[in-house]
Amino acid sequence: MEILINLVGLFIIAFIVWWFWIFKKQSEAHVEGNLLDIVVDSGVYEPSVIHVKAGEPVTLRFIRKDSSPCAEKVLFDGLDISADLSVGTPYDLTFTPEKKGEFEFTCQMAMYRGKLIVE
Amino acid sequence: MSKVADSMNNKSEISKRLYVSDISCAGCVETIEAALKSVPGVDEVQVNFADRTVNVSGDVPADTLIQAISKSGYTASIMEDNTESERENKDLAHYKKLLKKTVISGIISLVIVAVTMLGLLPDVASFRGQISWGIVSLLTLFVLTYAGGRFFTGALKSFKNHNANMDTLIAIGTGVAWVYSTFVVLFPDSVSEIARHVYFDTATLIITFINLGSALEMRARGKTSEAIKRLIGLQPKTARVLREGSEVDIPIEQVQMDDIVRVRPGEKIPVDGELTEGSSHVDESMLTGEPVPVTKKVGDEVVGGSVNKSGSFLFKATRIGKDTALSQIIDMVRKAQNTKPEIGRLADKVSAIFVPIVLIIAVLTMLAWFNFGPPPQLTYMLVTTMAVLIIACPCALGLATPISVMVGVGKAAEYGVLIRKGDALQKAGQLTIVVLDKTGTITEGKPVVTAIEPSEGWSENELLKIASSVETNSEHPLAEAVVEASKEKNIELISIESFEAVSGHGVRALYQQKTVLLGNRKLMNDNGVNLGSLIESSEKLSKLGQTVIFVSVNGEAVGLLGISDPIKTDSKEAIQRLQKSGIKVVMLTGDNRATAETVASLVGVDDFIAEVLPQDKAHEITKLQELGEKVAMVGDGINDAPALAGSDVGFAIGTGTDVAIESADITLMRGSLHGVADAITISKATLRNIKENLVGAFGYNSLAIPIAAGILFPFTGLLLNPIIAGAAMALSSVTVVTNANRLRWFKP
Repeated sequence: MEILINLVGLFIIAFIVWWFWIFKKQSEAHVEGNLLDIVVDSGVYEPSVIHVKAGEPVTLRFIRKDSSPCAEKVLFDGLDISADLSVGTPYDLTFTPEKKGEFEFTCQMAMYRGKLIVE
Repeated sequence: MSKVADSMNNKSEISKRLYVSDISCAGCVETIEAALKSVPGVDEVQVNFADRTVNVSGDVPADTLIQAISKSGYTASIMEDNTESERENKDLAHYKKLLKKTVISGIISLVIVAVTMLGLLPDVASFRGQISWGIVSLLTLFVLTYAGGRFFTGALKSFKNHNANMDTLIAIGTGVAWVYSTFVVLFPDSVSEIARHVYFDTATLIITFINLGSALEMRARGKTSEAIKRLIGLQPKTARVLREGSEVDIPIEQVQMDDIVRVRPGEKIPVDGELTEGSSHVDESMLTGEPVPVTKKVGDEVVGGSVNKSGSFLFKATRIGKDTALSQIIDMVRKAQNTKPEIGRLADKVSAIFVPIVLIIAVLTMLAWFNFGPPPQLTYMLVTTMAVLIIACPCALGLATPISVMVGVGKAAEYGVLIRKGDALQKAGQLTIVVLDKTGTITEGKPVVTAIEPSEGWSENELLKIASSVETNSEHPLAEAVVEASKEKNIELISIESFEAVSGHGVRALYQQKTVLLGNRKLMNDNGVNLGSLIESSEKLSKLGQTVIFVSVNGEAVGLLGISDPIKTDSKEAIQRLQKSGIKVVMLTGDNRATAETVASLVGVDDFIAEVLPQDKAHEITKLQELGEKVAMVGDGINDAPALAGSDVGFAIGTGTDVAIESADITLMRGSLHGVADAITISKATLRNIKENLVGAFGYNSLAIPIAAGILFPFTGLLLNPIIAGAAMALSSVTVVTNANRLRWFKP
């Protein structure tokens, strides 16, 4: 019994590592027609991995449903872009990504996380 | 057109942009169009199928439009930039909702705590006990879903996304308490008697505390954006515009370029423009930090948001809407408030992996108590695991940096110091050398003629006439001073036949068939002009910091002019302030050594570098940096752009209302060097505040988690009650925000 419980515990730890760090499949989306809706709700950006093409202007429409103060801001690290979101008022963030690469976008506290992949 | 008709006509220019999330077919477009057109007051409707938006023109409240759309079966929301008051109302509604939840869950928690502590309910192992505790379990479930529902949906949603956040910790912590307790109620016999505890009070109290904490945090956070709100509040809502001969009050959005606007005493100036009639004193302190009202006369620039103190005047609108200085300042401050200095990166990295790590610690805690703990192991396992999950606070860590940056950047804006990025805040706090450009930075940047010395046989006016007739063809700042001096004396200028600039030395011109030379001593020497006694006077003037221009006609020295650029009255004091804070102050100038030396000694800088060509300024900065110094460059943002960009922190000064100086990290709205000292002190205070927050948040988490896991138990028998853990967690993030708010009272 004791061994079994310890094994279960270790299994849970392994699962945490695998689920949150190794097998990190997130909702992905390619921007089509230069406009993409991103819903901000319950601690998550949906979709959270966004593919865009370098040099093409893109509009990310953030639709904030979460009224917790954490969801208020969205910051793109390394791109110098940020926006203040208001509940129920979609916000169009239009910009032209120039640099290729992966850029994280997060809330102010980096709890909400997403990734912008410029290809 | 009558005034009324005019203003009504203008109203129809108001257009609103709506977002309709469920436009999915071309048919929807017609339905929505028809629905909106039937609303009285709507003039025009344009549905954009591709980006699912609708533009509606007409003076109709957004709510009416949204209702009309929803009646036709679609969901719409307004897309315009929210006004700050709408945003505040939403926040307030959310705050009230949170408070209501807190009160209800608080009352239920107290009831549950009372019945548990006073032993009012029968033992859980009896049938009556099971019924009564079953009711308590349902009450707890109500609290968890009503007041804590968002934690569970949030946890589930992020879990699906392979993410974990604070919701995850709270949901698991309180969820485990409820599931285990309900299991005990349902099957009391399957748990040994000493472990037969229920934790309903724990679950409800934790939810109550966390909601209370969130509500307090929201309140405190509202205060962090006070600076922005104050700036937005500067913008008046209406403007009094001349339209077809009469003055009409119109909403500020409708002011057009080149409109003539009337401002009466005591009123705020609505947009940026140029004064065309009248004169006044204008208080620009809210924008520039400049305490003394500025005199404005015809031709002067006026800035939207500043207050007209005395006379009534008219001005022509030159910048409106998003282009006004005030709008740009608001935009810049907002953007800067959202950036993070380097010091916050570590916390970001930690908070990215924080929650899964806490989950692992929780499992390890459980196993440790199971394997090594005293009986009843199950009880200890539960209590410690709950405490670990609940006490860990990623929020405090994540908030530590950004919340201080918000307050710090806002505070700086109050003093007319616009910080472009959070990083500049950190670097400005670590500077060792401040390099000041001389002209326009230490001095006014507007040279004036301060000495006129003709040679024998020539009069002052003759000398000035020749000099200014030639200089009126030049664009050199010194030439401007000469021309200005002749204007003051009402001297009539004579047109010259030819004009040629001799790079770095002066000019050569043909004046009434005579060759005129105007320039420095070298130019005269090269052309064999005998300066005679003028040399002595020129040396005297140079020592006083004046630039000397010699004038010769057909090889004969006619005289000299002394030109100087007055030093700003508070430059010396500001430089002393910088020196007192341990910073070395260096002056950089293109002027000759003698002039530079004089100015340097007058203002008391530690060192100066003279005769630097504009293109070499950046190189001088690099040289200092190579010596390991952290160098700030203060200059005008245009000529000094490369030096500003190359320095660790570039300050643009004296740019008037042009705030968008790309090469500068910090723009000073006020011409005074005190802005540099203010910026540095505010940066230091903000950095200190961030450090306090980070040390607090890291310290809290690294102490609290082991204690919650029961590390003190083997030595002291002490275990942390999960309820206390909940209270501590709720308090920790409130503390971070409150500490950042202390910066609001800081005075540089």
